Amino acid sequence: MRTFLDFEKPVAELEGKIEELRHLSDGGDINIAEEVGRLQTKVDRLLRQTYAKLSPWQKVQVARHADRPHVQQIVSTLIEDFVPLSGDRLYGEDAAVVGGIGRFRGYSVVVVGQEKGSDTEGRVRHNFGMAHPEGYRKARRLMALADQFGLPLLTFVDTPGAYPGIGAEERGQAEAIARCIDASLQLRVPVICSIIGEGGSGGAIAVATGDRILMMEHAIYSVISPEGCASILWRSAERATEAADALRLTAEDLAKLGVIDGIVPEPLGGAHREPAAAIAGLGDAVEAALHEVRSLDGSVLRARRREKFLAMGKTGLS
Amino acid sequence: MSWLTNFVRPKLRALGIKPDVPDNLWIKCPNCEQMLFHRELAANLHVCHYCDHHLRLPAADRLAMLFDEGAFQTIELPETIADPLRFRDRRRYSERLRDARHGDDRRDAVLVGHGTMGGHPAVVAAFDFGFMGGSMGVAAGESLLAAANLAVLQDAPLIVVPASGGARMQEGILSLMQMPRTVIGVQQVREAGLPYIVVLADPTTGGVTASFAMLGDIALAEPGAIVGFAGTRVIQETIREKLPAGFQRAEYLHDHGMVDMVVHRRALRDRLISLIGLLRHPRPKAEVVSLERRGEGAGKTSDKAPQEKVGAAPGPADPKGSPAKGA
Repeated sequence: MRTFLDFEKPVAELEGKIEELRHLSDGGDINIAEEVGRLQTKVDRLLRQTYAKLSPWQKVQVARHADRPHVQQIVSTLIEDFVPLSGDRLYGEDAAVVGGIGRFRGYSVVVVGQEKGSDTEGRVRHNFGMAHPEGYRKARRLMALADQFGLPLLTFVDTPGAYPGIGAEERGQAEAIARCIDASLQLRVPVICSIIGEGGSGGAIAVATGDRILMMEHAIYSVISPEGCASILWRSAERATEAADALRLTAEDLAKLGVIDGIVPEPLGGAHREPAAAIAGLGDAVEAALHEVRSLDGSVLRARRREKFLAMGKTGLS
Repeated sequence: MSWLTNFVRPKLRALGIKPDVPDNLWIKCPNCEQMLFHRELAANLHVCHYCDHHLRLPAADRLAMLFDEGAFQTIELPETIADPLRFRDRRRYSERLRDARHGDDRRDAVLVGHGTMGGHPAVVAAFDFGFMGGSMGVAAGESLLAAANLAVLQDAPLIVVPASGGARMQEGILSLMQMPRTVIGVQQVREAGLPYIVVLADPTTGGVTASFAMLGDIALAEPGAIVGFAGTRVIQETIREKLPAGFQRAEYLHDHGMVDMVVHRRALRDRLISLIGLLRHPRPKAEVVSLERRGEGAGKTSDKAPQEKVGAAPGPADPKGSPAKGA
């Protein structure tokens, strides 16, 4: 059962018709096959038109789409011999952060990703991708592991934000994020970060300070959720559409601001329509990014990573 | 309403006559609601003399209370791009910014000064909560980086006093990028072997807490200061439970191992001075020589030995300027 977003309704209707016709045909009725082909062309055209000019708010919806490929899918497709690792060695295991070692296109790597979960049970287990301090401390531990063995670090960002709760605050949510940023800026191994869905504020930047920062075409990355921003600045969460415009959270705007290095194109109609193709495209982009920095010396990598972040914020949008 | 307000006052204003009496001579303590006379309050470092509540301190006052004799020099902060996103909510960000800057010389939320504390050179960066909630955008981030640079150049410890609601939403992702950027500043100070001390003031939340503010080699907090990552309203809406008493207050953080100590504002300067002294001058002012070794030394280079011993002391950086005698 496919989930359609509001603005995808016309597509949903057409696809419904196609489905009906297919049911009717059963045999090899040529007229029906022709009609199906005609409708399919229409669907493609409609998708192309819609997805070529998605508004920022529509991108927010696409970025949060339930069928969008999540970290676990990405890892199981792109990483061979993946060995998941658990725990922060201090307090607990946080399933909102998935991590481990594996082989990416021939090379051993350490993977850290934020997992939202794909069904109700999964979402609860992964806490909707909202990590506690343990998640960030686990990420930091895995960063240290990467550094110790000279393995590249691949991170995949997909989180509404760090979890706001009593325990999280008591155990130092802010400190855990700060140390995670600190650690990843110190690494002497290549770090490739990919914003695959929702890059939610401090919870995202904790694992997004790399040598190359990639962003999926319809992903979003923002200092605050549009709803949060609207409820503070407009005093109404209803104004999230406007906030999404104002925040400039799309890949296109972030590339102009020099915050990301590359945009990974998504299949027609978004990654949720063809997850396999989307993941393959992401894999190629990560491999290319890794190739650019792999041969650099550890201290050069670290110095350039710092320079990269220090250079941000010099230019604005016109 | 009346003839006076509608007619006479605008006329007077047009003549450029300013009222002699400022309207904020009395300040109500936000905790005990006692009225406090501004001069007494300032003399008491903006601490309520009835209930000891620590009121928010403007950045310039913060610098003045920390440096010797209240004397310090501020540095010119780097010029940064204003309104990089051309942000507009119900009002334009550029207008909000202009209003915040209006009427005083603050460029943004962070003030950086250098001077001496107990004779030790020091660099202090303090946030002004009064400037757009002390929010951190590009300008604040640049100011902190400038403070870190200055500390390294002057071989001085860096003290940062955050008081901020977090990232400045109106600068969007560029505000978020100030988190790693300010962390880089901390790393530069650390790599230079200099102490980095944070004094968490009310309030320190959001992206400010989750970056440089939680990375202090030593973390002090002012009594009652709210320090946390998420805002209490957001937490309450998420968990739908009552928050424990004193939640996210400095004392609560101390109990949970997140800060080294809660320090009364009156004791803050002395505490910082002793910390700087301990971290910067780890050796005695002159080497303490046991009698036996003194004997050995005397046997060989009888008249030079004592001078050498004194020379091994920290020397020029000695804060009190008092040469050690008779070590």
